[in-house]
Amino acid sequence: MTQLEELVREAEVKATPQSAAPQPAFMEESDDDGPLYAARRNIYPQSVSGFFRNIKWAVLGVTLGIYYLLPFVRWDRGPDAPSQAVLIDFPNRRFYFFFIELWPQEVYYLTGLLILAAIGLFLMNALAGRIWCGYLCPQTVWTDLFYAIERFFEGDRREHMKRDAGPWTVQKVAFKAAKHITWIMVAWWTGGAWVLYFADAPTLVKELASGTAPFAAYLWIGILTVSTYTLAGYMREQVCLYMCPWPRIQAALTDEYALNVTYRYDRGEPRCSVKKSEQLRAAGKSAGDCVDCLQCVHVCPTGVDIRGGANLGCIQCGLCIDACDRVMEKLGRPAGLIAYDTDLNIQARREGKPMMFKLVRWRTSLYAAIIAIAGGIMIFTLATRDSEGISVIHDRNPMYVRLSDGAVRNAYTIRIVNKQLKSREFILSVDGIPSTLIDYVGLPPRADGRQLVTVGPDQTKEVRVMVTDYSPTPPAPSTTVLFSLIDIDSGATAQMRDHFFGP
Amino acid sequence: MADEHHKDIDAVTGTATTGHDWDGIRELNTPLPRWWLWTFYITIVWAIGYWVVYPAWPLLTGSTEGITAWHARSAVVTDLAELKTQRGPLMDKLASASLPEIAGSPQLLDFARAQGRVAFADNCAPCHGAGGGGTKGYPNLNDDDWLWGGKITDIEQTIRFGARSGHDKARQGNMPGFNGVLKPNEISAVADFARSLSGLPAEAGADLALGKKLFADNCAVCHGDAGKGNRELGAPNLTDKIWLYASDKATIEQGILNGRGAVMPNWEGRLSEPVIKALAVYVYTFGGGEK
Repeated sequence: MTQLEELVREAEVKATPQSAAPQPAFMEESDDDGPLYAARRNIYPQSVSGFFRNIKWAVLGVTLGIYYLLPFVRWDRGPDAPSQAVLIDFPNRRFYFFFIELWPQEVYYLTGLLILAAIGLFLMNALAGRIWCGYLCPQTVWTDLFYAIERFFEGDRREHMKRDAGPWTVQKVAFKAAKHITWIMVAWWTGGAWVLYFADAPTLVKELASGTAPFAAYLWIGILTVSTYTLAGYMREQVCLYMCPWPRIQAALTDEYALNVTYRYDRGEPRCSVKKSEQLRAAGKSAGDCVDCLQCVHVCPTGVDIRGGANLGCIQCGLCIDACDRVMEKLGRPAGLIAYDTDLNIQARREGKPMMFKLVRWRTSLYAAIIAIAGGIMIFTLATRDSEGISVIHDRNPMYVRLSDGAVRNAYTIRIVNKQLKSREFILSVDGIPSTLIDYVGLPPRADGRQLVTVGPDQTKEVRVMVTDYSPTPPAPSTTVLFSLIDIDSGATAQMRDHFFGP
Repeated sequence: MADEHHKDIDAVTGTATTGHDWDGIRELNTPLPRWWLWTFYITIVWAIGYWVVYPAWPLLTGSTEGITAWHARSAVVTDLAELKTQRGPLMDKLASASLPEIAGSPQLLDFARAQGRVAFADNCAPCHGAGGGGTKGYPNLNDDDWLWGGKITDIEQTIRFGARSGHDKARQGNMPGFNGVLKPNEISAVADFARSLSGLPAEAGADLALGKKLFADNCAVCHGDAGKGNRELGAPNLTDKIWLYASDKATIEQGILNGRGAVMPNWEGRLSEPVIKALAVYVYTFGGGEK
């Protein structure tokens, strides 16, 4: 293609009417009754460099680095527990995260995490719009990586478009094949890393390499390979536009002070070419800084024209800011025609008032406070939680038993929890009944006469105990009693209230 | 539908409308993406897969089988067989181990209690109650008062052969009725005396001396001179605080007048060997088991 053809082509692209909203290209599908389903419009985002692109590269490197490598980080917990820093151990019902070990009944920490995640999203949104969507969302990160691979093999926007429009050649097939193979490899590693969080990573890698891994591992790798390849290679912005609920929710969470990627139309309009703006300005008329070069549209990964204003399709990744700043720099105009800004500031500038950036306000303070409180509670409970526990179930039938000498006995099933990674010995006592005797079923006293319960490392043990009231006066119909579980070595105690029933 | 309507373009958004008009309100046409349509078709194809894999279409006498011929009933049978295989080794151990061995091994004890719990609910709970709490005429198995003995081997023997069950080795022993043998005032005196054995107050004007004499003549042969009972005959201990029927005088008089002879069926032949042992262990660990 000659230079002339390129220019013609560019002029044609410019001539295409760009509507304000991101508009699926359904018009080409229209028939008499109007189109019911719209085909996806191919998007060829142009590469760009700049501040926000660098942030995105950094976030991509850090998040994917964590995702792919974290399973291999080791954490020594002794012989009775796995040595993987982060491990979801389904068979043994444990979750390990560095120095934290969670049991299934502590799943409320997950609730806490979900609260933190939700309010964290709210806070991001109140501060600077869709930070999550633009930089942190897995869909964005993997799609970004897949776009980078695509550009590596197929070239940047124009080269790629030209080849796609052209005939099939050996070179085109080779480039596309190389791209898809690389994509599938990345997708496969994505699934591969996923399963490593659920089993000892080095062992599983060896098993996978030798073909002896469990079927579930291969199945999940397969599922995640397909989903990653499909979502990052094909669905891309369709996920954001049609599948994800977050764009809809965030519309309700934003306010007039939230920074959003904004086209400063007060400065940009009316759009005109460099030459025309010089003429207009020379004539004393107003001319906008936007030269309608469409760079902001070409770099957009969701195919949005930001100049139409905030809209559903914009994930606010800031790449259009980088693209526009480069153009402005070349033209010798100040940067920031597109920037993180608010509509209030646009109005303020139009009226000659000072701009206002208000990051600390009721909304953001409240979100920050909720995060601090929820996080504080989680840290406090994690730091002060006991490593032993007791739960008591009273026999339901019979509620009490009268013995031949007239004494009254109640039976309980007691579960003792030992969360430490060593075997421990506990002694049980009960308070609230004047003269009591505890019997264990199937647990003879030791040689020294002490009745101890041994619970293995990181395990629970169920014992059935019988509590007899030997006092001469009959017990009340219901007496509150307190079971105390005492570690005989450390003296650590866990307690649980229950009832002692009588006639 | 008039053709010119869908050429309508909404002035504000620049989007085409569906051409539908409700009192001047028109609907923008924002079509779904095409892959959504494909996904819908894929779910239809996926549904057809069920016809191929599972029983699906009703026929006159049955249904199409599908390539897996899966049935809920056969799946249960398979699962139960698998369970039996899983439990096999422990069941074998339970069958071969002696009762003291079972009581001494934590693993076997846990297993036997788990098995016993289920078997008890299926076979014993109708009379003895869900937790073995018993009711009038059906002994409470949680207490320390045993008619036929509370050692684990005694309990096993009672379960295996029953009491007055008609089995050759059943526990035997009857409380005869004294209707016609003792006069009403004598029966009243014996009942008063029986109550006094466990410290219960006698009625005003009760003839305890007569009751004591009649007890020694008629009852002590089974219940013992001191009324402590006799486990060989299933004669209850009358001196403790536990009463199988009730401790009020009317109930005791009724027992003396008509006799008692509750039947417990024999379970040998109905339940398998390990299950009988598991039941014995389970009942033993209710809390009343004797060493």
